[in-house]
Amino acid sequence: MTKQTIRAAFITSVPVLAGYIVLGIGFGILLRGAGYGVGWAAAMSALIYGGSMQYVGVGLLASGASIITTALTSFMVNARHLFYSISMIGVYKGAGRAKPYMIFALTDETYSLLCDGKVPEGADPTMYRFFVSLFNQCYWIVGGVLGNLLGAVLPSTAGVEFSMTALFVAAFTEQWRTSRDHLPALTGAGCTLLCLLLFGPENFLIPAMALITVVLTLLRGREEATA
Amino acid sequence: MKSAIIVGVMAAVSALLRFLPFVVFRKRTPPYIAYLGRVLPPAIIGMLVVYCLKDVTLTAAPYGLPELIACLTVAAVQLWRRSSLWSILAGTAVYLVLVNAVF
Repeated sequence: MTKQTIRAAFITSVPVLAGYIVLGIGFGILLRGAGYGVGWAAAMSALIYGGSMQYVGVGLLASGASIITTALTSFMVNARHLFYSISMIGVYKGAGRAKPYMIFALTDETYSLLCDGKVPEGADPTMYRFFVSLFNQCYWIVGGVLGNLLGAVLPSTAGVEFSMTALFVAAFTEQWRTSRDHLPALTGAGCTLLCLLLFGPENFLIPAMALITVVLTLLRGREEATA
Repeated sequence: MKSAIIVGVMAAVSALLRFLPFVVFRKRTPPYIAYLGRVLPPAIIGMLVVYCLKDVTLTAAPYGLPELIACLTVAAVQLWRRSSLWSILAGTAVYLVLVNAVF
């Protein structure tokens, strides 16, 4: 049963393997470019464990961001995790000792694999979900460490930083394709652009996050009126 | 030391966001929170796209052209293959070629 469950978890996690290794390498190279070695790469991937957050985190580290900026940025970048967790409360009920780790390791990709609540036949549900979470994090750490080592030997990594932009442009395109309501996405980009012009590239992030929250809250009435 | 604090804050806030609902919203999610849950993620992705491009100069050569071309590549490949792995790889490759060999 145990072996069969771990096997099933590995098979489920394979699609994430390639993605996490490649994205992890991108993160590792960027982090090395900012002057942080392999220990930092491993620690960040083990303790923070979030793709977007760690890419943005390289920028926060490089600019020596304040604690307030770091906390607010982390909150906004990872706010979506609130909603992953909300929707997994039922699925993770009764997970016992494995539950804290499974909650910690609930990334976008792990969520996408486990959110339907289905478990392969013959597998123990909790152990299956635990190992899918664990395998995914292992790929992510391996990618980050590999990238960091690679960044130390590559002659030039100029331009690799674009992988972060590409990550978010891909996410933007995908949600644009799958969503009918483009107003939230436009609100996010528009408010940020406005704040960038008003406050300059050093101080625009916090006003942008505040403005986005205010505008989205005001737009809520519109949605209820049309619903 | 400062770096360790930054990493610690990022880790703590990330973990807090993941654990909070299991502690607070066990019974029911307030409608306002549920609304933010739907609209905030796409808005933040939009914010992060702008954040990534904040240092691009439009008033001097190469006028942000490498970024524009590479972003369009990402979007096109994403619409075509629907796989973020391929779109990110293609966009980054195009950008690397543009900044190192063309502009």
